[in-house]
Amino acid sequence: MNDKILEAYNKRPRLAWLYFLVSAIIISLVIYSAQGMAFSGIAEKGSEIAKGMMHGLTHPDKNLLFSTATDGVPYLIFQTIAIAVLGTFFGAILAVPIAFLASENIVGKPIAYITRLLILLIRTIPSLVWALVWIRVTGPGAFCGVVTQSICSIGMISKMYITAIEDLDTRILESLDAAGCNAFEKIWCGILPQLYANFISAAIYRFDINMKDATTLGIVGAGGIGASLLQCINSRRWAMVGSFLLGLIVLVMIIEMISGKIRKKLTTGE
Amino acid sequence: MKKSLFDRIFKPEVITLANGHKVERPRSRMPLIIICLFAVLTISIKLTGFDLMIVIKRLYQLGAILGKIFQPDFSFLPKVIGPLIDTIKMSLLGTIIGCSVALPIAILSSSNINKNKTINFLCKLLLALVRTLPTIIIATMAALIFRLGTFAGTVAITIFTFGVVGKMLFESIETIDMGPFEAMESFGANKFEAFWSACIPQILPTYLSHCLYCFEMNIRAASILGYVGAGGLGLLINERIGWRDYNSLGTVLLVLFIAVVVVDSLSTYFRKKLG
Repeated sequence: MNDKILEAYNKRPRLAWLYFLVSAIIISLVIYSAQGMAFSGIAEKGSEIAKGMMHGLTHPDKNLLFSTATDGVPYLIFQTIAIAVLGTFFGAILAVPIAFLASENIVGKPIAYITRLLILLIRTIPSLVWALVWIRVTGPGAFCGVVTQSICSIGMISKMYITAIEDLDTRILESLDAAGCNAFEKIWCGILPQLYANFISAAIYRFDINMKDATTLGIVGAGGIGASLLQCINSRRWAMVGSFLLGLIVLVMIIEMISGKIRKKLTTGE
Repeated sequence: MKKSLFDRIFKPEVITLANGHKVERPRSRMPLIIICLFAVLTISIKLTGFDLMIVIKRLYQLGAILGKIFQPDFSFLPKVIGPLIDTIKMSLLGTIIGCSVALPIAILSSSNINKNKTINFLCKLLLALVRTLPTIIIATMAALIFRLGTFAGTVAITIFTFGVVGKMLFESIETIDMGPFEAMESFGANKFEAFWSACIPQILPTYLSHCLYCFEMNIRAASILGYVGAGGLGLLINERIGWRDYNSLGTVLLVLFIAVVVVDSLSTYFRKKLG
């Protein structure tokens, strides 16, 4: 028995050269990319700024945190949520036709391929660029954020929709056919029940991401909490930065918790 | 069966079957969901000042800009290569450092390996906190502390990678098969030996594939960090939009597009091999 174990042990795959190769590649990549990294030391006031940040985070501006004015944290947070809600909603709706047009089992390969290229194009242009382009159309403000997020969400949501559509169980449609259902009944009873849980789950997942993205968009003037936050950072008012960041952290954590619960319920049915 | 509040207010419909049995069908929740959704949407439209008419009326503006972006100015190409390499270097270094830091923290945060509840909770909290901060905010702060340039961008990407990979990794560690680990322990191996030869082989492929996935995301993220002065392609994007030079912007975006596609397909290929 022991001999057999030893024999098997001696026959174990020898991957030492592979490990060596991989580590060599990684180390050379690190050295290569570190070369261009000009570490010029900490800026003159760097340590002071770091201290200011820590102080601001631990001593947030309480007036700002609980004020109900339009420049207070609660209002801006609600605006950020509103941007994410509308952006996700429109994105999720716009993604439905695109996703059907990009599924090979619905429209065939050539059309699916072209639509997928379109999706890839939408995804590659960074959301910041989309926002800067849309600002020319809508003017700065939360409105611009909504339109930007509607377009940016299409890419990812439709990708997740496509996976759901391509997994469709078509045998159900055949049995509905056999039962004498018309086209509308087939879609209503055969296709929708299979898709809607996946679709809603995809939209909620994207909502999570849009929530964080909405902050980023504020930086180019597309509304939400980001604009005020960046202003405060640039003018080094750390107490205000602290209150904005605390609001943001609480918000993202709550949203993540709720969306995780809903998605679990949708996918497992319980 | 326990009834929810909804079922107590709207009594379920009772259907009598042909054999005399009675079955209950709960009322559809659809109307309630639609009303809630409608209310949320109305409030959101008020808060953001959304107006579909403006979008439709001024859509030609978008068309004009997009038209210019899709006619890239290729004479601008040589100026794009340098920042592109900067962006790739930033995301490469950030990904590698972030992933190596994430490994020990992820092991400490997985409840099946680390039985100490306090450390476990603290590590999970740390990962969650790091993930709430948007990359661009971290980059702004890093640029203030470490001066403008690629180093600040690398710091921001490292922190972002740490949060994302750490979370994905501890979630996959918590689902591994602990049987081999126990078998090793019963053979007389100590905790570390058992972990090294029973858990690492299970984790390693997932870990590497998470790292590659994160590298994919980082290339996209790094391209916008320049907007706050953290080096790379974002610097160019910001500058070109400021000058309304959309043809050159098209070139920058085209180069970014090619880089993203190449990195995506490479990482998809390797991830398929790993998985």
